[in-house]
Amino acid sequence: MVQDRKSLVAWLQAAPMMLIFTLFFLLPLLFVTIVSAWDYNEYEMIPAFSMRGYTDTFEGCIAGLPDLCTILKTYLKTLKLCLLTWSLTLLIGFTVSYFLAFHVRSKTWQIVLTLLCTIPFWTSNVIRMIAWIPLLGRNGLVNKGLEGMGLIQQPVEWLLFSEFSVVLALVHLFTFFMVVPIFNSMIRIDRRLIEAAYDAGATGWQTLVNIIIPLAKPGIVIGSIFVITIVMGDFVTVGVMGGEQIASAGKIIETRLSALQFPAAAANAVILLGITILIISALTRIVDIRKEL
Amino acid sequence: MSNPSKSNSGVSRRALLKGTAGAVGLAAGSGAITGFPYVHSAEPKVLRYLGTAVNEGDEISKKCLEDTGIKIEYITATTDDVTKRVITQPNSFDVLDTEYFTLKKLVPSGNIFALDAKKIKEFDNITPVFTKGQLPNGKKIGDQGTAPWKVLYLEGANSKKFSTTPTEFVTLIPTVYNADTLGIRPDLIKRPIMSWSELLNPEFKGKASILNIPSIGIMDAAMVVEATGQHKYADKGNMTKAEIDLTIKIMTEAKQAGQFRAFWKDFNESVNLMASGETVIQSMWSPAVTKVRSMGIACTFQPLKEGYRSWASGFCVSKAASGPKLDWAYEFVNWYLSGWAGAYLNRQGYYSAVLSTAKANMTADEWGYWMEGKAAIGDIKAPDGTILEKAGAKRDGGSYDDRMGAVACWNAVMDENDYMVRKWNEFIAA
Repeated sequence: MVQDRKSLVAWLQAAPMMLIFTLFFLLPLLFVTIVSAWDYNEYEMIPAFSMRGYTDTFEGCIAGLPDLCTILKTYLKTLKLCLLTWSLTLLIGFTVSYFLAFHVRSKTWQIVLTLLCTIPFWTSNVIRMIAWIPLLGRNGLVNKGLEGMGLIQQPVEWLLFSEFSVVLALVHLFTFFMVVPIFNSMIRIDRRLIEAAYDAGATGWQTLVNIIIPLAKPGIVIGSIFVITIVMGDFVTVGVMGGEQIASAGKIIETRLSALQFPAAAANAVILLGITILIISALTRIVDIRKEL
Repeated sequence: MSNPSKSNSGVSRRALLKGTAGAVGLAAGSGAITGFPYVHSAEPKVLRYLGTAVNEGDEISKKCLEDTGIKIEYITATTDDVTKRVITQPNSFDVLDTEYFTLKKLVPSGNIFALDAKKIKEFDNITPVFTKGQLPNGKKIGDQGTAPWKVLYLEGANSKKFSTTPTEFVTLIPTVYNADTLGIRPDLIKRPIMSWSELLNPEFKGKASILNIPSIGIMDAAMVVEATGQHKYADKGNMTKAEIDLTIKIMTEAKQAGQFRAFWKDFNESVNLMASGETVIQSMWSPAVTKVRSMGIACTFQPLKEGYRSWASGFCVSKAASGPKLDWAYEFVNWYLSGWAGAYLNRQGYYSAVLSTAKANMTADEWGYWMEGKAAIGDIKAPDGTILEKAGAKRDGGSYDDRMGAVACWNAVMDENDYMVRKWNEFIAA
């Protein structure tokens, strides 16, 4: 009896979250999946089974070989941007967190400095977009500066509307999502472990590799999940910084939505979700977050 | 990070409660507004106006309230979202401001009310551009794409079919339209530009742009392809699959050769690209050119020998509107065509649907500059009073007859729209 009541209480406690999760996440997701297998015309969805959304998406993938089809090209590009952004945010995020956790002694300063990391979020996307042009543009500060120093004769074109600028903007935006979880993991590391390592004669590098990185792993994985999921679905930053010339998985969905082709958009969303889940599950294979927390 | 939240939790909970109370109050308030009108005797005349930000000026709603007592509540969305909303939530608006080409999607959905032409006072004075596809002087204009006169009439009050001959059932009352072309930076190009084909001229490598809205971008691309002499389209607004393939192929080759600096989707993006010198030649809209110029930067809305791509928008009424709402909708449309609004639009570089009433509300100098292609006698001012052009200036492209007479095609929804959108995605990914 006691056992029963205990489990009932546990269920009740979990109920609100479960309810919200079901209503606002699982159900919509289910609808999206159902709609993705519907037919459509110019102005409405037709609730008849059709895999058109999927077959259209993979159009030319086999017939067009050895050339890559649109969807594969798009995903390769998205994955490339994702990988670049992930490694850079990880490197920078880890360094910043390390500094915050181990070099900044006072709690107040740690908080102040962490809040400073949120500065990129203080402005809207549009403002940021406008702000990058005077900096990186053909007649921007960087080009003018380099020309002034005599380093270049012609303005450098790849600074803006290129993969470079996309990755720059993504890193600028999302490093924060790495900093917070990694910092959180690092701050929990028992200082005595580090002292013990030092006493046992470990070098700084050995301490980092054998103690800090393994213990910060959950933070690294959580941060990676944040960054990867956001970048995989991002189309605004890629669009704006890539001059709309770089395809992204999210952009395909948006174009389909704009053309009122909801089932096709849903099919693309399901594909994107599937791929993202694959990446995340691979990551959690490497580190069991639940065990580590 | 976990520490500050502890000390703040009390405050944030209170703030949350306050916020919730506010939200509840707001919900109650808005409920009161929508719930009561039919009970009160002095019912306020309110129309919900769904459209894009471009035509939703405060000036217009203020003047409308003053003249007719109708209060306009703007619901602002992007072109695509407006269409989505009409199809998915027809009860959420009364009057719809949209373009003719969307009718091919909207009318079959059954959510558009067939307006009675007899209740529109100025209907017979609407420019023949819309009703017959010709200028007031009788000159025929281009009919490629979803030209307004092809979708202006319905076969019956509840019909979902467009009538090829005039009937009394009207889908969309025109209000504003224009002829679009390429915008250029004459100070950076330093030579005359005469043809759409210049967009792909290697001379402007890395300095060209086209707009990334598939249905409009493909038309601009078609103007370019035709201008280069590589293909002559039977109807640029209704391409065959082979024509779409060809157009996309030519544009893709140009893209891979680095012809384009960026594509733009948003009005402000096009202004920034041009003003910063990132691009020197690109698809553009009239108010964007005006905005670049008002920053003191030379920019020309260049007339080209192949003609213009035109668009036209106006008012539809929701099928859900009935009773007094419907009467107010007619009253509003009639007011809009009665002159003041037309003059207001003409002064922004657009064209109004009823020319006679707009003319009566403009000075002779304004009419001469905007509509007749004459040199301005005094400074030309925007509706808000800022100086747009100095005395002596002439409008790019000249008079109404010169510009509208040179229209080659209209914004369109193709039969192969689905295929085109997929191909456009391919172009972006290439």
